[in-house]
Amino acid sequence: MGKEGLGLEITELRLGLPGANSDSGHRCDVMIDKNEKKRAFSEILEDDVEEGNRKKTTIKSQVVGWPPVCSYRKKNSFSDKDGSAKASKMYVKVSMDGAPFLRKIDLGMHEGYSHLAKALEKLFGEALRNAESCEFVPIYEDKDGDWMLVGDVPWEMFMESCKRLRIMKRADAKGFGVLRSKEALN
Amino acid sequence: MNYFPDEVLEHVFDFITSHKDRNSVSLVCKSWYKIERYSRQRVFIGNCYSISPERLIARFPGLKSLTLKGKPHFADFNLVPHDWGGFVYPWIKALAKSRIGLEELRLKRMVVSDESLELLSKSFVNFKSLVLVSCEGFTTDGLAAIAANCRFLRELDLQENEVDDHRGHWLSCFPESCTSLISLNFACLRGEVNLGALERLVSRSPNLKSLRLNRAVPLDTLQKLLMRAPQLVDLGIGSYVHDPFSEAYNKLKIAIQRCKSIRSLSGFLEVAPHCMSAIYPICGNLTFLNLSYAPGLHGNKLMKLIQHCRKLQRLWILDCIGDKGLGVVALTCKELQELRVFPSDPFEAENAAVTEEGLVLVSAGCPKLNSLLYFCQQMTNAALITVAKNCPNFIRFRLCILDPMKPDPVTNQPLDEGFGAIVQSCKGLKRLSLSGHLTDQVFLYIGMYAEQLEMLSIAFAANSDKGMLYVLNGCKKLRKLEIRDCPFGDAALLEDVGKYETMRSLWMSSCEVTLGGCKSVAEKMPSLNVEIIDESEQMEFNLDDKQKVDKMYLYRTLVGHRKDAPEYVWIL
Repeated sequence: MGKEGLGLEITELRLGLPGANSDSGHRCDVMIDKNEKKRAFSEILEDDVEEGNRKKTTIKSQVVGWPPVCSYRKKNSFSDKDGSAKASKMYVKVSMDGAPFLRKIDLGMHEGYSHLAKALEKLFGEALRNAESCEFVPIYEDKDGDWMLVGDVPWEMFMESCKRLRIMKRADAKGFGVLRSKEALN
Repeated sequence: MNYFPDEVLEHVFDFITSHKDRNSVSLVCKSWYKIERYSRQRVFIGNCYSISPERLIARFPGLKSLTLKGKPHFADFNLVPHDWGGFVYPWIKALAKSRIGLEELRLKRMVVSDESLELLSKSFVNFKSLVLVSCEGFTTDGLAAIAANCRFLRELDLQENEVDDHRGHWLSCFPESCTSLISLNFACLRGEVNLGALERLVSRSPNLKSLRLNRAVPLDTLQKLLMRAPQLVDLGIGSYVHDPFSEAYNKLKIAIQRCKSIRSLSGFLEVAPHCMSAIYPICGNLTFLNLSYAPGLHGNKLMKLIQHCRKLQRLWILDCIGDKGLGVVALTCKELQELRVFPSDPFEAENAAVTEEGLVLVSAGCPKLNSLLYFCQQMTNAALITVAKNCPNFIRFRLCILDPMKPDPVTNQPLDEGFGAIVQSCKGLKRLSLSGHLTDQVFLYIGMYAEQLEMLSIAFAANSDKGMLYVLNGCKKLRKLEIRDCPFGDAALLEDVGKYETMRSLWMSSCEVTLGGCKSVAEKMPSLNVEIIDESEQMEFNLDDKQKVDKMYLYRTLVGHRKDAPEYVWIL
């Protein structure tokens, strides 16, 4: 499910034109500028369009704490639909090079890499816009403390082993063995 | 000067029960202060950091009942980091050391450890009542201590807590000699309970009036419990799944019919909707019905159930009831005062089944409506204006349009006029939560008309500082203000810092206030704690005053900076 179609492209977070943001009728100015010309994670989104059709649910808004439903209620009223009673929240910190604040994201709320990508884009839209056409690489720290490229393993495995996320500038990636893994896959 | 002996005054004060009134009484003169403080038995502390346990004990030696609230309200929505604070242990420790004969403890949004519960259970001989709402940090081991040691326990009420369920035998820890239970609510526990122990406990509790079961209690146990406790007034059903042709179901029907006193019904944590007819006999007397944890109940079955509930005063429901279902409520529940409609799928605004239509129907059919919590897909100004006209008695009005900043879908206008109509019409409005696309204009209305407003929650609204200023200048009775994702900055924050001393607290997150602004407040108002919550570790490296603050929480206090704040909380 998660990884097969993604391959290398997940590493390329190019800042391209926003896709038709048709699913969100709202302006959500605080999160992303409506006129934002750049979009990160574009490759991930394109790849997952077919997958997206399978899943009826789209995660509309990754705003933390919205809608204002208390966490106890969230855990206990909505889980029954597809039998996915997510036992615990999987909040991980997400940092982005150049952004002033870290954010937190609940991995359990996402269906796969593409949804994660959309969410990260919403969280860091402003910072991405200000970053002036750098390219970014999403990496994560796993249980062993190693920094890994996002996208290699199936989504469930990723959810379980990811401790924190970082959106790193490609320029800084050299020391992280990213280029090496690119070559290995070739 | 007193014209009456102290005993007479004390006797008179006994009739004054509201906290506000007793506080007022204590301010009249020194003599009244003294009499009041010695006779005071119940104390409410809305912010556990506003006062210390030692000062509480010193002032009210006759304390029997204490209510404490810890974390700010937005902690419910994961905006406050896990270990921010609100620990009850220091309170229990101090009370235990003193000679206070504590009988009742009610906690909301506090961190309660097993150690605290154990200390509590062993320190107060006459302890009778423990109510925990939205708390965390304890396990069923702590509950076992309460059960085992509180010999005269009357009430154990656990509402929406995060409890680590060790699946132990906490229920079995109630000794055979414990026969005093009046209220037992363990609906929020997720684990198995010893059903035999539960049955025996209920059997030996003739005064049991309120029983709320968790999911692990199956139907045939429910039936046995009801046979033993036909005097119940409040029932929370755990699992309601069974075969309608079974013996158990027939027995249940008989058992329920014997329960002529049930006025309040909740739970249905697991439900087989085709078996609701067994419940009909008690529906006619219900004043409170809470189906907000029963997503399995919807459509016609739900509507049929509601049609039997003619005396309902409070209804908590999921939005799968739909506008049509709310129409049924409007036709049936003429005594309705409080309605809460929760989202059954909070992230799927398209599927949200209620809109402005449902609300308008209820407002037209239920003239006594005074309290509302409504999660919906959309709202229009026209609807709000109609609701304001139909129901001028709102005390609480909380509207949450699932899609943040969504305008009126018919006119594409902000919802300023709609909410304006609500505040203008509902002169007794005490609590208001806003949502949808809103400009500074709505705050102008709130400042002008919401004279009784005590609590205001704002998200993704306003254009400028003016919005916040209208509210701070206009709402004289404001006690709690919580704001997220609004363009309010230092100018608004600093305009009248004295105001914050008249309030319990102010929360601002993802706004435009800067570190410098917050520092300024802290400097000018030593009676406030100004907390900056910053988990990003940026604060350590970048102490630039111009830096925007992600989360600020300030509150008045008599005891200065708290000592238990975690690393990422800076108290200025």
